[in-house]
Amino acid sequence: MKKYMIYLNSKRCIGCHGCEIHCKTNKGLPVGPILCEISQEPLKMVAGVPKTEFRFRSCYHCEDPDCVAVCPTGAMQKRHDGIVLVDQEKCIGCMACIGACTWGVPQLNPDTGKVVKCDYCMDRIDAGLKPACVTRCATHALKFVTLQEI
Amino acid sequence: MVKKSVWSMCGMCTVRCPIRVETEDNKVTWIEGNQHLLKGALCAKGSAGIALLNDTERPLRPLIRKGGRGAGRWEEVSWYAALDYVADNLKTIIKKHGPESIMLSCRGGPFIDLLNAFIHGLGSPNFTNHDSGCGRNVHHASLSVYGLGRKGFVYDIKKSKHLVLFGRNILASLRIAEVNQVLDMLDAGGKMTYVDVRQSLTGIKATRFFQVRPGTDYALALGIIHEVLKEKTYDKEFIEKYVSDFDKLEEFVESYTLEWAANECGIKAGRIKDFVQEIAVDRPKVVFHPGWMMSRYRDSFYASRALHILNVLMGNVEVEGGQIFAKGPGDCGVKEIRSLDAQVPKPTAKRADGVGWKYTHFDKGPGLFPLFYEAMQTGEPYPLKALICVRHDPFTCFPDPQAQKEALDKLDLLVSLDTHYSEFGWYSDVILPESTYLERDSLIATQKGPKPRFIMRRKAVEPQHDTKSLNEIIKLLADRLGIGQYFPFTTTEELWNWQLEPTGFTLRDFDDKGFVSLADKPVMFDRANLDGKFKTPSGKIEIISRVLTDAGLPSLKPYESPEKPDKGQFRLVFGRSPLHAHSHTINNPLLHELMPDNTLWINKRQAAKLGVTEGDWVDVISDGVTGTIKAHVTDFIHLEAVYMVHGFGRQVPLQTRAYHAGIADQKLMKGFLTKMDPAGGGLCLCECFVTVRRSSKNPKRMVEL
Ligand code: SF4
Ligand code: SF4
Ligand code: SF4
Repeated sequence: MKKYMIYLNSKRCIGCHGCEIHCKTNKGLPVGPILCEISQEPLKMVAGVPKTEFRFRSCYHCEDPDCVAVCPTGAMQKRHDGIVLVDQEKCIGCMACIGACTWGVPQLNPDTGKVVKCDYCMDRIDAGLKPACVTRCATHALKFVTLQEI
Repeated sequence: MVKKSVWSMCGMCTVRCPIRVETEDNKVTWIEGNQHLLKGALCAKGSAGIALLNDTERPLRPLIRKGGRGAGRWEEVSWYAALDYVADNLKTIIKKHGPESIMLSCRGGPFIDLLNAFIHGLGSPNFTNHDSGCGRNVHHASLSVYGLGRKGFVYDIKKSKHLVLFGRNILASLRIAEVNQVLDMLDAGGKMTYVDVRQSLTGIKATRFFQVRPGTDYALALGIIHEVLKEKTYDKEFIEKYVSDFDKLEEFVESYTLEWAANECGIKAGRIKDFVQEIAVDRPKVVFHPGWMMSRYRDSFYASRALHILNVLMGNVEVEGGQIFAKGPGDCGVKEIRSLDAQVPKPTAKRADGVGWKYTHFDKGPGLFPLFYEAMQTGEPYPLKALICVRHDPFTCFPDPQAQKEALDKLDLLVSLDTHYSEFGWYSDVILPESTYLERDSLIATQKGPKPRFIMRRKAVEPQHDTKSLNEIIKLLADRLGIGQYFPFTTTEELWNWQLEPTGFTLRDFDDKGFVSLADKPVMFDRANLDGKFKTPSGKIEIISRVLTDAGLPSLKPYESPEKPDKGQFRLVFGRSPLHAHSHTINNPLLHELMPDNTLWINKRQAAKLGVTEGDWVDVISDGVTGTIKAHVTDFIHLEAVYMVHGFGRQVPLQTRAYHAGIADQKLMKGFLTKMDPAGGGLCLCECFVTVRRSSKNPKRMVEL
C-alpha cells in the first residue's frame, strides 16, 4: 500500500549535504532538527582509487509505524498514500514517537515545541511538485519514485 | 499575501549560480537553481542563503570605529554620517597625497565595472583583488601560452572523454553546472584522472587516482609531456600550424623521463604509462584542467603552464569535448553592454604594486594585492593612504594577517564594504554594510562561453535592515566625491537600461528565463583558421613566451625537488568543503550546524608515531603561532602533508558561532606574505611546514567536581 520512495543514485551523489539544508529551509526549521541524512562508508580502495558509497535516509514511512501507534493525540498519522506525518495542530510535543521509532526519525522543533519529521513534502507533491530535497539535489542524484500498487 | 517569483543570481560563493527565488510578503520562502540552466539544482550554501538573510550576526547598519583598530568598539551611525565620514576622509587624503594613494580591492567577478569606474573616476589606478591567493598563476600561465587569460577558454567537460585534474577539487567547489557536466561525462563512460596529495570529494569519483608527494605536480606534468612526445601521440598538424618553439619543448623535457617523474612523485611508472596510452586514444577530447587555486608551491606557475601545454599537445583547442574559445556578444553579432569604466578617463599615475612598469609580465587589470603591502611599508613609488575592501577579506585570503596589519597601520583610512563581518572589517575604521545578494540588484553582466549570455541579479526582497546595495553605496560616495557624472543613474532600472541600450535588448528580455541567450547553438571558430585568435606577441601558442623572456624569466623552468619536512614536521595544505565558501559562510547558522569546525587530516602511520588517534586534539604549531583542532586520521593523505579546510579560526566576537571554531591555515603562515612566485604572481601557500603534537588538552582523568 506504500506508494512513495526516495532513491539515491550513489554514483552521482557527491555528499554535499545540500539535500539536508534544502529540506530544512523548505520547512523553515531552525538549528536542531535535520529531517534527512546523507551518510557515507569509510573510504576503501577499489581498483587503485579510494571510493565510498553514499546513503540517504529520511523516514521509512513504515507499513505499520510505531510512531503512529504510540502517539496519544493522533497527531502522528498515516495518510491514504502511506505518508506518515505529524499534524502540527494536534502534536503536544510529548516526544513519545521519538522513543518509539527504531531510528529516532521524528525530532523536536525547539521553536515550536512540536515534533517534525519527513512527510515527503506532501504539500509539494499534492501540488504536483517533487519534494524539496529531490528538486534541488545538486547533482540530480535523488529521485522521487512512485511505487506501483499491488 | 503577496507572492513573487524572481530570477536572480546566487551570492553565497563566487560561482554565482543562476537561481529563482520565491517570496511571500518580502520574506524568502524558496530558492532553487534556474530550471532553464540547472534544472533546479542548488548546493547547501545556496539553500542556506535564507539563513544568511535572517541572520543578525552581520553588520546591519553603518559602523564607525570608536576604540583602537581591531578593538571591536563601534558606534552605530546613519548612512549620511558614514558616507560623509568616508568621503571627507578620502577628500583630505586626495588633497594631501593625490588620488593614487587610494586603493580598492574586491574579489573579482562579473560586476567589477562599477568598482573600476569608481576608483578610476577618483584618479587612482590602484584597483586590485584577491587573486594572488587564488588563480593568478593559472591566469598568467594561460596568458604566457595563448595570450589569453584563464577565462579565455571554456572546458567542454560534458563531451570530453577524459578529464585530468591536478588538485582541482572540482566537485567540492560546486559550480553546479560544471559538477553536473563532470557527472554526466562519467555516466557516459568518460574517464577522470585525479592527482592530489590526499583523497577528496572529487577523487572518489575518479577512474584513476595518483597520490603524489606534495609539491611534485610539475614533475608529473613534465613526465607526461616527455612520454607524450616520446610516443608521438600529440596533434602534429595543430602544433605545426599554431605553436612556436616546439623543438625547445622536446629539448627541455628530454631528461624528465616517466621513470624519473614516477620516482619524484612516489607513484608507479607503469601507471603513468597506462594513463598516457589512454589519453593517446581519447585525444583530442582530453581536458587537462590547468588548475584553479594554484597559489600553492613555488613552481605552481610552471606546473600550470605545463598543463596548458599538455592541452596543446592533445590538440583540444576549439573541439567538442576539449577547450572552446569563450565567445562574447561580438561573436554573435550583438554589441557589448555599455561599460561605466569605459566612460572614465584612464588614470595617469603608475600602479603602486609595480604591475605594468616594474613587472611587465603581469596582467594590469587587477595587479597583485600583496605587492601593495610592500608599497605601504616603503612609501614607494608613493605613499598609500586608504584601502577600500569590497567583500574581500585580505586577512583570510592572504597569509600572515599580523604582517598585513603592520603595513595597514601606515594607512589613514580602512573601509570595509561587506555583507558580513570580515576579519579585515573588524580591523577597519568604517564598515559599510552591504545588503545580502537576496536584497540587492547588481549590474547586468556578460557570461562568455560557447553560448554567451547576458546575466543579472535582481533583488528578491527589500533589505531587512539598514543596509544598501553596492550600486547605491558607490553612487552615493561618487556624488559626495564629485565624480557622480560617471554614474548616470538614480535607480538600478535606469542603470540597467543604460547598460543594455547598445545591445538592442531590454529588461523584458530577461523575464522568461532570467538571462538573455545570445546563441542557440555553440558558436565555434573554424579550427583550420585560428590565426589572430592567440593574443601572444607572435600570434602563436608560445612554448617560449616572449613576455616572460623580456621580463628575464624562463618559460621552461628546470624542475627543483620540493623540500622534505623535518622529523615531526608536515607540509600544511588546505582546501575546501562543499558546505562552506571559505570564511564567508562559517557563521551561517545552517551551514555551521552541519560543519562547525575543521579538522587536521593526518596520515595514519604518522599519527601512530605521535600517539594520535581519530578525534584526538592536536596542536598545530608554526613559528610562534599555535592552534588546536581535532585530528582526522586517515590512510588517504600523503605522509609528508597535513590538511585542513580553509576559512575557519575566525576571531570576530560578534560571530558567536564561528568565533575561534577550528583554526586558520593562513594565520600559521608567518612570513609568507612576501613569498610570491616571481613568474606567476601567485603566493606560495603550501610551502609552510608545521609541527604537530598530541595536545595536552586531551583529558586523562575524569575531573568533575
Ligand atoms: S518515524 Fe520511524 S516509525 Fe514512524 S514511519 Fe518513520 S521510520 Fe517508521
Ligand atoms: S521529502 Fe521533504 S521532508 Fe522528506 S527529507 Fe526530503 S525535503 Fe525533507
Ligand atoms: S544534494 Fe544530492 S548530491 Fe548533495 S548530498 Fe544530497 S543527494 Fe547527494
